[in-house]
Amino acid sequence: MSDDLPLTHEDIAEITAILENSGYRELDLSTRRFHLRLARGDGDDAGFTQEWQWAGASGAAEASTESAEADPDAIAAPLPGTFYHAPQPGAPPFVQPGDEVGPETVVGIIETMKLMNPVHAGRSGTISEVIAPNGAMVAKGQALIRLNR
Amino acid sequence: MTIRKLFIANRGEIALRVIRTARRMGIATVLGASEADAASLPALEADEVAIVGPGPSSQGYLAIDRVVAAAKAAGADAVHPGYGFLSENADFARAMAEAGITFVGPSIATLEGMGDKLAARRLATEAGLPVLPGGEAQTPEAVRQRAAETGYPLLLKAVAGGGGKGMRRVDRPEDLDAALAMAQAEAQASFGNPAVYVERFVARGRHVEVQVLGDGVRAIHLGTRDCSIQRRFQKLVEEAPAPAMPDDARAAIEAAAVRLARHIGYRGAGTAEFLVDADDFSFFFLELNARIQVEHPVTEAITGVDLIEQQLLVAMGKPLSLTQSMVRPTGAAIEVRINAEDPDADFRPSPGTAIRAAWPAGPGVRVDSHIANGCEVPPFYDSLMGKVIVHAATREEAVRRLQAALSSLEIDVMPTTAPLHRRIAADPRFAAGGVDTGFLSGLQA
Repeated sequence: MSDDLPLTHEDIAEITAILENSGYRELDLSTRRFHLRLARGDGDDAGFTQEWQWAGASGAAEASTESAEADPDAIAAPLPGTFYHAPQPGAPPFVQPGDEVGPETVVGIIETMKLMNPVHAGRSGTISEVIAPNGAMVAKGQALIRLNR
Repeated sequence: MTIRKLFIANRGEIALRVIRTARRMGIATVLGASEADAASLPALEADEVAIVGPGPSSQGYLAIDRVVAAAKAAGADAVHPGYGFLSENADFARAMAEAGITFVGPSIATLEGMGDKLAARRLATEAGLPVLPGGEAQTPEAVRQRAAETGYPLLLKAVAGGGGKGMRRVDRPEDLDAALAMAQAEAQASFGNPAVYVERFVARGRHVEVQVLGDGVRAIHLGTRDCSIQRRFQKLVEEAPAPAMPDDARAAIEAAAVRLARHIGYRGAGTAEFLVDADDFSFFFLELNARIQVEHPVTEAITGVDLIEQQLLVAMGKPLSLTQSMVRPTGAAIEVRINAEDPDADFRPSPGTAIRAAWPAGPGVRVDSHIANGCEVPPFYDSLMGKVIVHAATREEAVRRLQAALSSLEIDVMPTTAPLHRRIAADPRFAAGGVDTGFLSGLQA
């Protein structure tokens, strides 16, 4: 929270233009709140970049990030997100224990960034256990479903 | 009325964008943030932060009662909804109005009319705009029946949709049921409404849209934008004005957009989207987005108009101070969306921490981003990390400027769409301008 935003994109463009016509390759600016580095890239016609670092800024997203145990018999989450057993609430699940599946069989969906991503079995086998609960936040690589060969 | 304290019911780069203009206008800002965004850049920049809920959107950014309660508790006199989330939700606008808080956007009647694709089509037809064959369907049987009318390939779209969510292209009748299930699941997850719209798919089409501004009485346009380069029906590259198109074709589309805005007494900033035949420039009305668009900066670049400021002024009840003849677009502007997605793995989302975010800088370069070094891209929201906008006197120069800007951009360590944009910017078809929506599939890896 601040009284003023430090620099607009017009300001950045102007400062870069000044740098470009000077002998300097970079400019570092530090305040209590932020650090800004404007730097020329390598090579003759390389452009400038702006890098900002803000005091106190981070996402603090706590989407279960524990890394998954390597489980050779499990179908792992291909990406982080919310794992669903069925295509929509109330619909029958994609698979249940005892089901035979092939590599392309969809065994669940993971909602990440508002997109429904199908999870494929990846190989042939029989479903032995659905490990991750319906609606659970899962990390990339987390074991979702166990598959017997 | 005057807005003294503005509640921002959004996140990411658009929240930061709204804060910038509000601050310049002397308006205090309150960011309604989720717990996952409590230490985000917009949360640092806002004058106040009110937590609206946990990470998942359904419990925070989309929870009308929580957002309204937070805005009320903060003593805000207006709410800016940004884009996505509740920005076009009539129930949200109504709940805010009941709480005595001004909704920065069109009237509730407009939101109801334009939020429903069927009603929007009817209004557009009344205003004399051409539309594509198609219609709404609730059940799989009804969808099959509609499909028989439109033929294949066809598009399934969420009735309540926007932003490509719940949208599927179907090429063969046997693929219809599976595509419908996925489209409905996405529509339900994103908008809480599984109803779909079936529409004929035009093979060589361009996506051209017109920025309109209205005060409820008068309406003007701020020119065209071309957003034909898309993946999963979500825009990746946008430019203004629409290139490689005869002036009279552009003028006809602009006039149609203004006709619609006047017909419905549109208030605020809106965008009329059209499907334009890439060969003969005939056009069909698709929808009117009753909110600010992600790609609004390209219009700002060529017109010099701050669209957020215009939205706030109209929301304060002021008549438009701009007239059509005062809008004199100059040059060409191009925007690329840098998303946390892997373009080499079917655009799989790649949330995580940006260890380093070196954005381009220089004359004619604007970056709208909430991602600085060390910032997090949470898995709950869409993948937009930032937008790089270039502006130059000619389109040719703008393309060169874009190439230079992209060559210096570097984001570590997650995959982003940046390498794809480098390939697009180097493609001779893109340099020539006027590509159709099939451009990406013809791009060399």
